[in-house]
Amino acid sequence: MNSPNDVNSLEVSRLAYAYPDGTQALFGVDLTIGRGERVALLGPNGAGKTTLVMHLNGILTAGHGTVTVGGTPVRKDTLKEVRRRVGLVFQDPDDQLFMPTVRDDVAFGPANMGLTGEELERAVKGALDRVGMLEAIDRPPHHLSFGQRRRVAVATVLAMEPEILVLDEPSSNLDPAARRELAEILRSLDVTVLMVTHDLPYALELCERSLILSGGVIAADGPTRELLADTELLAAHRLELPYGFAVPAPAEPA
Amino acid sequence: MGAGHHHQLYLPGASAVHRLPPQCKLLAVFAFAVVVVATPRERFWAFGLYALLLAAVAWAARVPPGHVLRRMAIELPFVLFAFLIPVIGLGERTTVLGLSLSVPGLWAAWNILAKATLGVVASILLAATTEPRVILLGAQRLRVPSLLVQIAMFMLRYLDVILDEMRRMRVARESRGFEARDVRQLPAVARSAGALFIRSYERGERVHLAMLSRGYSGRMPMLGEVSASAAQWGVALLLPVSALAVLGLSL
Ligand SMILES: Nc1ncnc2c1ncn2[C@@H]1O[C@H](COP(=O)(O)OP(=O)(O)O)[C@@H](O)[C@H]1O
Ligand SMILES: [Mg+2]
Repeated sequence: MNSPNDVNSLEVSRLAYAYPDGTQALFGVDLTIGRGERVALLGPNGAGKTTLVMHLNGILTAGHGTVTVGGTPVRKDTLKEVRRRVGLVFQDPDDQLFMPTVRDDVAFGPANMGLTGEELERAVKGALDRVGMLEAIDRPPHHLSFGQRRRVAVATVLAMEPEILVLDEPSSNLDPAARRELAEILRSLDVTVLMVTHDLPYALELCERSLILSGGVIAADGPTRELLADTELLAAHRLELPYGFAVPAPAEPA
Repeated sequence: MGAGHHHQLYLPGASAVHRLPPQCKLLAVFAFAVVVVATPRERFWAFGLYALLLAAVAWAARVPPGHVLRRMAIELPFVLFAFLIPVIGLGERTTVLGLSLSVPGLWAAWNILAKATLGVVASILLAATTEPRVILLGAQRLRVPSLLVQIAMFMLRYLDVILDEMRRMRVARESRGFEARDVRQLPAVARSAGALFIRSYERGERVHLAMLSRGYSGRMPMLGEVSASAAQWGVALLLPVSALAVLGLSL
C-alpha cells in the first residue's frame, strides 16, 4: 500500500457541474490529494460537497473538467476500476448497509470485484477487524447501534482495498464516545482519507490539511489549524466553531 | 432497536435438517406442496400420512410443536373463510349441530383447510430451520430470477427500518394531539403514508448509489458457497418422494 509517492491519490481539475434542472453546483474545482494524506473538505450546507463527492467515483460525470484517481482518469470505460479505488462512505449507514447481515454487506464489494471463497472470507474478516466489528459479522445491521453501523459502513469499503477513503459527514449523529472511537479507527488506517464535514473540531483532530468548498469553488486550502484560526475566513463561508471552542492562531505562541 | 425479535421464524439449531443446503429444502417443500395440492380431497388418510411426514421432519429438526402452532396464525383468515363456505354454499344440504350446511361447501372447506395447513406447516418448518438470508441464497442457486431475489433481500433488510419510520411518524402525529378515531382523520393518515412512500423511494435511490459505488452491475454477486452433494439432495427429497408414494397408493 505504501508504494512510492509518485502518483497522487486524487486530482480534480477545473471540475464544473450543473444538475439537469439547471442548478450549477460546481464552478471549477481544483484540488490534489497526495498518497497517505488525511484531508478535510469543509463547507456550509449547499456548498456542493456531496456533488463533488459523487464525481469522485463516477456516479455523476463531469460536465467540464477531469477527475483522476491514483493516475486513472474517471471515464465511462474506467468506472469499474475507479469504483474499486474510491471507497465512498455515505452519510446514512442505513443506505450503505443494504444486505441482510454484516457479513454479506462487507462481502458485496469484493464479491463484485470477483473475489470468492477463502479469499472473500479473508477480505471480509480483515476489514471488520480493522474497524473492531469482527464479532458482529453474523448480525443483521438493524440490530447494531448507530456508531457500530457507521463503523461497519467504513468496513464495507475498506474490504475493497481502496486507494482513497471518502467519508460524507462521518461524525454526524454520533455520541461523543462513538465519535472518539471512529476517530481512533480513522487514524489507525493506512489509507488516504478525504473527510467531508462541517464538524470543525473533528477536522482539526483528524486532518492536518483542510479545503474549504464554498459557492462551488475551493475557497481556501491549507493547514487545518491555520484555517480554523482565521475567524474572518470562516465567517465569510458560513463556518463556525462550536461555542466556547477557539483555535489559537498558529503564529502566536500559545 | 429490539424491533423484529418477536416475529422471528428462524429457530437456531444444528440438526440434520438445519444443515441441509437451502436449495435442497426449498425444492423439497415446493415439490411436497405440489403433491399435496394434486391429492384428491376424498383421500382423508393420505392427508393424515402427509401430516405424519411433516411431524417426522419437525421431530428430526427439533422444532417443538408450540413453535409451529403459534406461527400458524397467518392461516387464520383462510380458516375463517373456509368456515363460511359451507354456510353460504349452494347445493345439497346436511344438518350438523342444528346448522344447515351445504355438502359441496363442506368438501370445498375441507379441501382448502387441509391443503393450506400442510403447505403452511411445511413452510414454517423451512423457515424455522433456515435463516432468511440463506433461503435467498438457495433461491439464487435454484435460478429464481435475480430481480425477485433482490426484492426479497431488500424487504428482509428494510422492513424494520420502514416500520421504525412509521412508528416515528405516528409518535410525531400523536404528540401533536392527533388521534386516529374516525374517518374524518383519514386524510392526515393518508398524507403520512404518502410521506412514507416518498422517504422510502428516496432511500431506494440512495441505496442504489451506494450499490453502484461498490461495483454493482445489475446482478447480485454469489455470496457464500452453498453447493449441495447428491446425498444431501437425497435426504431433502425424502419428504416429497414419500408424499408422492402416498399419493400413488391413494389413486
Ligand atoms: N439532485 C439535485 N438536483 C438539483 N439540484 C441539486 C441536487 N442535489 C443538490 N442540488 C443543489 O446543488 C447545490 C449543492 O448541493 P450539495 O452538493 O448537496 O451540497 P452540500 O453537500 O455541500 O450540502 C445546492 O444548491 C443544492 O440545492
Ligand atoms: Mg451533503
